Amino acid sequence: MTALRVEGLGKRYGRGTWALRECTFDLPQGRIIGLVGANGAGKTTLLHLAIGLLSPTEGSVFLFGRPLRMDRPAGLAEVGFVAQDHPLYRGFTVADLLHFGRSMNRRFDETTARKRLAELGIPLDRRAGRLSGGQQAQVALTLALAKQPRLLVLDEPAASLDPLARREFMSTLMGAVADSELTVLLSSHAIGELERVCDHLVLLRKGRMCLAGDTDELVAGHRVLSGPRPDANAAMQGLVAATHGPRQSHLLVRQPVTVPVHPHWEANPVSLEELVLAYLAQPETKEGRD
Amino acid sequence: MFAFRLDTRSGVPTYLQLVEQVRHGLLLGYLQDGDQLPTVRDVAAALVVNPNTVAKAYRELERAGLVAPRAGQGTFVTGNVDRVPAATYAKLSARLRAWVNAAREAGLGPDQVRALVTAILDEDRSKARAA
Repeated sequence: MTALRVEGLGKRYGRGTWALRECTFDLPQGRIIGLVGANGAGKTTLLHLAIGLLSPTEGSVFLFGRPLRMDRPAGLAEVGFVAQDHPLYRGFTVADLLHFGRSMNRRFDETTARKRLAELGIPLDRRAGRLSGGQQAQVALTLALAKQPRLLVLDEPAASLDPLARREFMSTLMGAVADSELTVLLSSHAIGELERVCDHLVLLRKGRMCLAGDTDELVAGHRVLSGPRPDANAAMQGLVAATHGPRQSHLLVRQPVTVPVHPHWEANPVSLEELVLAYLAQPETKEGRD
Repeated sequence: MFAFRLDTRSGVPTYLQLVEQVRHGLLLGYLQDGDQLPTVRDVAAALVVNPNTVAKAYRELERAGLVAPRAGQGTFVTGNVDRVPAATYAKLSARLRAWVNAAREAGLGPDQVRALVTAILDEDRSKARAA
């Protein structure tokens, strides 16, 4: 079953340029999905469309099989969201925020939320504005989890945190995923972390999706071929990126490990990080320029 | 409780690293029959890895017959590895250390040592097969 499905999704702000175009993918349930792309690639737009904060210019969004409708946002009870820089009402105490969450949501697990905050040593009588950045992020995550969503969407949740706070935040998130059937969609620039945390990826480049799939399959479906520099005109099937030395070339190609390699080439596996960077750095294709 | 660690630079997939650590723990006697492994949740939170990855490692260990889940209690080591007595390990590793020192003094780098060990192991295996 898919948690989130988008079909031909596009968003144009005013009469200006398209922030997102022709996006189609399925996100499997129970996974941790990483949304990756350069700044301005359309990540936040895509996340906001997915949770109904924005209405699409074209295409549609389905949450757990049901179309997301702006006029009847009942489906949103199943979605939790932590926005960029995890904003909280700064003048509210942590207890106020819990009270607010309980009043605004039909299903709100305050017991677990209080337990989690106690474990993290976050005082309930402290005003949100006086908490450290890491604590604010943890409170925002705790509130989103207390809603007991089936899909949790996080927009660069740990980008502004120091390494230790970041680790604690991600640790809380991993624990929460282990505790439930939660599906997580998070945007991130921390490519090194993706390999450990995510089991599915969506890559955006200039408002278009350039790669999507299970991380295991993506890694198994690509490899680096090293060998004598090929004829410039020779077409290599599934070529993603090439680095050339004077006599030697390294080619990142999309082809399964089972495809036999020409004896001139040495085939090596590729890391997820290498793969992601190669796709993000790919030169613009003609149809991508508009 | 057994503690896992991750080498993020090794290039070895996370689930395989976890599987190998349990296997090593058993071989070296750090893990013994009846020991409990930490829960999937605890490992995922401690190492900051996807719980699905930890679950995959545990399934793999279960398939290999090294651990078994007990309903409602957790995952336990069933110790089906041929264990060598600790004293034998100590004696062999002391002699190996002396040999590695000699190799270094003779100018061999780690890669050359590894290549030599692999070659000798291969030779040994083919000899055993021929016998």
